[in-house]
Amino acid sequence: MNELVFFINNVVIAGSVTGSIYAIGAIGVTLIFSIMRFAHFAHADMMTFGAFMVLLLTTLFPAAGASIGVPTALIMLPLAMVLTAALAVGIDKAFYKPLRAHGVKPIVLVIGSLGVTLMLQGLIRLFSGTGGQSLYVDDRKEIFRLALPFEGVRAPIVITEPQLYLFVITLVAVVALHIFLNRSRLGKAMRAMSDNPELAQASGINTNTIVAVTWVIAGGLAAIAGTLLSLDVTFKPDLSFFLLLPIFAAAIVGGVGHPYGAIAGGFVVGFAETLAVFNWNVLLRPFRDSLPAWLELPSNLAFVGTEYKIVVPFFILVAILVWRPTGLFKGKVI
Amino acid sequence: MSLATSPTPLLEARDVHGGYGSMNILNGVNMTLNANQVGVIVGPNGAGKSTMLKAVFGLLHVNQGEILLNGQPIHNLPPNKLVERGMGFVPQEKNVFPSLTVKENLEMGAYLKPQNVKRMLEQVYAFFPPLVEKRHQPAGELSGGQRQMVAMGRALMAEPSLLLLDEPTAGLSPLYMNEIFDRVKQINAAGVGILMVEQNAKQALAIADKGFVLAAGQNRFTDTGAALLADPDVAKSFLGG
Ligand SMILES: Nc1ncnc2c1ncn2[C@@H]1O[C@H](COP(=O)(O)OP(=O)(O)OP(=O)(O)O)[C@@H](O)[C@H]1O
Ligand SMILES: [Mg+2]
Repeated sequence: MNELVFFINNVVIAGSVTGSIYAIGAIGVTLIFSIMRFAHFAHADMMTFGAFMVLLLTTLFPAAGASIGVPTALIMLPLAMVLTAALAVGIDKAFYKPLRAHGVKPIVLVIGSLGVTLMLQGLIRLFSGTGGQSLYVDDRKEIFRLALPFEGVRAPIVITEPQLYLFVITLVAVVALHIFLNRSRLGKAMRAMSDNPELAQASGINTNTIVAVTWVIAGGLAAIAGTLLSLDVTFKPDLSFFLLLPIFAAAIVGGVGHPYGAIAGGFVVGFAETLAVFNWNVLLRPFRDSLPAWLELPSNLAFVGTEYKIVVPFFILVAILVWRPTGLFKGKVI
Repeated sequence: MSLATSPTPLLEARDVHGGYGSMNILNGVNMTLNANQVGVIVGPNGAGKSTMLKAVFGLLHVNQGEILLNGQPIHNLPPNKLVERGMGFVPQEKNVFPSLTVKENLEMGAYLKPQNVKRMLEQVYAFFPPLVEKRHQPAGELSGGQRQMVAMGRALMAEPSLLLLDEPTAGLSPLYMNEIFDRVKQINAAGVGILMVEQNAKQALAIADKGFVLAAGQNRFTDTGAALLADPDVAKSFLGG
């Protein structure tokens, strides 16, 4: 039973945490692709920017959350979402829109977004410094330990307060997005434009509005993902370095341009990562006596070492591009 | 004829030149269509028929000449502005949103008039009954004829005064073809001007008030539909004898 608890803590919870963050990031990437048809490489830095805005606001008003018993960082999140959405719209106006107006090929926009990524990283570093910082400035990170009511179970299931918030916020974000895309006039217009931009225009849909709405949603979601990740671990100016590959892998695994695919892809990549670094030796321990004596199990039986975690999404990406280039859901072939 | 009695044409194109890049595809096209009329554009492949419809609908840069809707210049206005002014367009290809349901496709047609959606949905369903039971199905899964109904229905949702149709019967079985021609006549009878490109030239000219035979981006013949059908020169070169 202790082994099961170990598995829940290190795979089920850890995988859901990583999966949720990748999923929210990948939704943004996929929405931008489906409306503007380019891979937005600055997306992970928009996530970092969102988290940095939360850090700034939390440092300015560290006690804001105490009165209602919520981490201050979470109270600042909506404001950070607005700021990040504004940044996204501003970046589009300043850099991508002029390129689109020239009718450039998508690859030019991709390169442009690489430039934006470098610029954002520099800017964030300039103000935040290079070290890691906790988003819990004035308050304490609660840790919940749930002891299982079974005999012989010593280890509790451990879940932290930010992880619980992460699950709730992910669920709310996904449901809200679903309702927006399928029920609202603007959301349907967004899907229409993703299907056929010329016909959308011929129906009287103002495509500039849809582009702006896309940036607002992608920016807001990026702020959520960046903040929740920074709450779970710490804020670092180079967060995007660890995020970019997995969220693109997630978007492609799910089928580019497919929001539900991005969610599925996020969890596939998140769980693949945690399973790859999980030490399987622990699960085999109860059966040690029944194993043949000559079989000496190494104490660490993980597929890859934690320091090589980043290769997992890369491997998944290559595999999916080779075997199923349109992704799990049918996405646009790129 | 005095000015007072001459009505402003619904659509007037004067000496229109335009194309996709630097090269012109249209080399001086002229068209006049009055309110409530059916205009039909015929001509060989690559003549510039679709290009002319795109020019009217603001999807093509007009380099020279002018296009007037109810007397107002409209060339080089963006399509969404033209929808506001009462124009509807059904392209030759890719004329539905494949992943949207039939109902959502139709709703997009009334995007600028959301308050009319309910009333217009009822009208379009009554007009194209086969769409009713398909309304929750993605348009990409429909047959060619039903897809054409969705495409026309989407354009009708905005209650246009001028409807542009690019080869609405292309690739359809004769049964659906007649159905679509009947619908076009009905739409016109309800007071909507129609400008339509057609490969089935004889059948289309038979319902046309005005016919325009285009070749190499210019008017070759322009007359009433009946007169063009009766003209032996037109018949010999463009109607297959
Ligand atoms: N998007 C485009 N970009 C560049 N050239 C184009 C484009 N669309 C059409 N053309 C060219 O413009 C010319 C006229 O094409 P258009 O589609 O108007 O012909 P059409 O009369 O509609 O023919 P069809 O009967 O085959 O539909 C053709 O030479 C075609 O190759
Ligand atoms: Mg054509």
